[in-house]
This record gives sequence, structure tokens and C-alpha cells, in this order.
Amino acid sequence: MQNPQTLTATDIRKSFDGTQVLKGISIQVTKGQVLAIIGPSGSGKSTFLRCVTQLETVDSGEISICGETLVKNDAAGKAVYANKAVCAKIGLHIGLVFQNFNLFPHLSVLQNITEAPVRVLHKSKEEAETIARDLLKKMGLSEKADAYPCQLSGGQQQRVSIARALAMNPDVLFFDEPTSALDPELTGEILKVIRGLAAEHRTMVVVTHEMKFARDVADYVVFMDNGVIVEQGPPEELFDHTQNERTKAFLSRFNET
Amino acid sequence: MNYQVLLPQMLEATLMSLRIFFITLIFSLPLGMLVAMGRMSRLKILNLPMRFYILIMRGTPLMLQLLFLFYGMKPIFGIQLDRVLSAEAAFILNYAAYFAEIFRGGIESIPRGQHEAAKVLGFTKKQTFFRIILPQVVKRILPPMGNEFITLVKDTSLAQVIGVVELLKVTSNWVSSSVSMTPFVIAALFYLAMNAVVTRCFTVAENKLSYYR
Ligand SMILES: Nc1ncnc2c1ncn2[C@@H]1O[C@H](COP(=O)(O)OP(=O)(O)O)[C@@H](O)[C@H]1O
Ligand SMILES: [Mg+2]
Repeated sequence: MQNPQTLTATDIRKSFDGTQVLKGISIQVTKGQVLAIIGPSGSGKSTFLRCVTQLETVDSGEISICGETLVKNDAAGKAVYANKAVCAKIGLHIGLVFQNFNLFPHLSVLQNITEAPVRVLHKSKEEAETIARDLLKKMGLSEKADAYPCQLSGGQQQRVSIARALAMNPDVLFFDEPTSALDPELTGEILKVIRGLAAEHRTMVVVTHEMKFARDVADYVVFMDNGVIVEQGPPEELFDHTQNERTKAFLSRFNET
Repeated sequence: MNYQVLLPQMLEATLMSLRIFFITLIFSLPLGMLVAMGRMSRLKILNLPMRFYILIMRGTPLMLQLLFLFYGMKPIFGIQLDRVLSAEAAFILNYAAYFAEIFRGGIESIPRGQHEAAKVLGFTKKQTFFRIILPQVVKRILPPMGNEFITLVKDTSLAQVIGVVELLKVTSNWVSSSVSMTPFVIAALFYLAMNAVVTRCFTVAENKLSYYR
């Protein structure tokens, strides 16, 4: 049976040094959907993405991606992870775009994009380069293929990192505040790229402080605060008709400016 | 002074110095990497011995280590290494400790995001280390490595304390028998020439890697 949910996370809990940062987070992402996660800084948004992308381990909760179970609870309610091979396989379903790009500085733009398809997916160099050049063209960076990351603007670097993630053809792509490290005039180019991906029905989870963008692009919005999901729903509902005081207070900070 | 005898002798002794130099590098660089790995391990059974090893090797004189390996092995372990082998072993063990700390510094200076980006892309730990981390480490550690290489060229002269006939030993023999300072000047020029080559190699390597930040 096909699981229609690309991502299911149920009751995710995570503590750092005894402080609970995620206090039971549950979300579902359907294939082709864009989920936006909003919330004040320190609310656990990054930690949640890092748990789903296997950069952190959860204390308890269940995560399955594309029908495969990454982690579930044992009888005592403690997280039990799948074996290493399964974890690695599940990792291939996902891509992550970081706030500060994390491009590989010693590799050219083209190599940044082809390295993983060649080494991890064992694609031929030619095939990987064809895919990479197509992606660069889509990102408007065709002429930068042989440049090095340090020669690019922040916006260009972030577009390369999106291309790098897309080259692995993930089933779901995560973005952790992809525009927060950029000058305001550069955020637009990244948001445009993500809008384009949404139009192609890429399944995406985007942590963002760009409220207008979240409202326009997301099919579903989750508002997180202090390790819990305060409210979730379609963007119109959450942005225009919320009854929740905390949501209202959070959103009003964005409306002032 | 008979230069036709002096110079060939000095050149031959220089070969011994160079031999110690190259043998030391060939073995202490990989050994240093292993020590660094152990030192960075979270396992106490690995990192505690490595810390201890580094402490001993950096905390005691290289000359003492040379003397110990040549004179001290027989009474304690019943093994007598020959002079050159003792010298090489001492240099390898000593320099591995310094290299280990340089490697560790380099590896730990690579931002965590590089490991994370590689992990999310599906690279294995081995691929991440050799393809992503190590190339960046090499660039960062070139300056301190240059220092160590230059110091090693000069440190080879310490091997004479256990009777190894290297450049400075031959030179000082000549100085004491001929009562002329000229051999010292020539030896200085030899060391300078060797280190000029070392410096040049590092400059070339740094330029080669200057294509990125
Ligand atoms: N590795 C860590 N060790 C300790 N505390 C952490 C760690 N990562 C995050 N935290 C804490 O968890 C909380 C949530 O952080 P984060 O997930 O980064 O929030 P957000 O992305 O919403 O700004 C913060 O209080 C932060 O200090
Ligand atoms: Mg964050």
C-alpha cells in the first residue's frame, strides 16, 4: 500500500541538557504540498528540521518518510531508530537547504552540485554534469558553473545550495530560514526560486520569517512557539482568521513594519 | 683547508640529514594523523593514551628522546637499535605528536556545517573526511606545517648526540681540527639552501590552494 504522506512526524520530543526544546511536535506533509513553519526564534523550528533530517536524534516520537519508518517508540516510549542502512536510505529521500548555505568552498559550483550524485548515487560524471547544468540554468547561474563559492553573492550561493539539494532529486526538500543570512534585496531572488519549485509541486517544508511568502506559497502553515505547535491550518485561516492570542501577538509584530 | 676533501664530506653528511628529514616526514605525517584521530575520539581508551603520548613527546626534550631510544632501550627492553634507526625513530615519534596537534587544530577548525551538509547529501563518514574535510584542512594547516618542516631540517643536527654523522657533526669536526670558522659558514649556507627549498614548496602549495577563500 502506498503511503500518501511524504512525511509524518508524531509527538516528537527532544531535550538539550534537560531542557525540553521540542515538546511533542506532530506534522504531516502530503506529496506535492508546501508546509511553512513560522514562529519566534528559539521556538525549536531548526531543531525540528534537524531531527527530521537526521542531524539530531529525537528522545521520543515517530518519524516516517515516504512510507519508511526512521524512528518509533518502544514499549517504554523511548525512541528506537531503524538500522544504519535504512537510516541512510531514508536520508536520500530528503534534502536540506541551510540558512548559511554550507557550500563546499574548495569545490567549484559545478562540483558542489555533482559531487553527491556521483559519489552517493553513483551517477556517471557526464550525467551528473548534465543535471547540474540544467539546474544552474534554472537558477539563472549558467555562467557561474566554474566559479567558486567565495566568488558569489549570498543570494547566488543560496541558489547553488538549492541546486545542490535538488540534484539528489529528494522527495521532500527542507529549508531552514533560507533567506535569513541574506541582505533584504537578495531575499527576493531566493523566494522566487522557491515559488518556482512550489509551482512544480515539489514537496517542501520551509521555516521562514517571510510572512507574505508563507501566506502566498504554503498550502499549510504551522505556528510553533516554545517547543509546541500553537496553531496550524491553511494560510488564510492562520493569517486572517486566527482566534489564538499567541498567534495574533506573533503576527502583529510583522504587521507593524 | 682542503676544500676538495671538506665539501664531499659535508655533502655526504647532508645526505644523512636529508635522509632523516624524509624518513621522519614519510612516517610521522600518517602517524600524526592517526594520533590526531585517537586524540579526537570520544572513546576514553583512545583519547587518554593519545593525550598522554602528546604530552610526553612535546613535554620532554627531543635530545633526551634521542638519547633514550639509543641508550635506554637495551637496559629496559633488551633491544639495541642502531644509531641511525634510533635517530629516525625518535624524530618520527616526536614529530608525530606535533603534527597530530596541527591536524587536530585544522580538523576542528572546519565549521560543523560542512559535516552537516555532507551528511544530508548522503556522504559516508569516510567520503566526508577525504573529499570534503581533508582538502580544506590541508589549506588551513600549511603555515604551521611549514614551520615544522623548517624546524625539522635544523633539528636533524641533534642526531649527532647519539653518534649519527650528519651535516653539523662533520662540520664541527672540521672546525675543531682546522681552527677555521669557514666550515660553519658553509654548513649554515647548506641549511639555508635546504630551507629555501622547503619554503618555496610551501609557497607554491599555498598559491595552488589560494583559488578559494
Ligand atoms: N545543540 C544544542 N545544544 C543545546 N541547546 C540547543 C541546541 N540546539 C538548539 N538548542 C536550544 O534549543 C532551542 C530551540 O532552538 P532552535 O531549534 O534553533 O530554534 P529556532 O530555529 O526556532 O530559532 C533554543 O533555546 C536553543 O538554544
Ligand atoms: Mg533556527
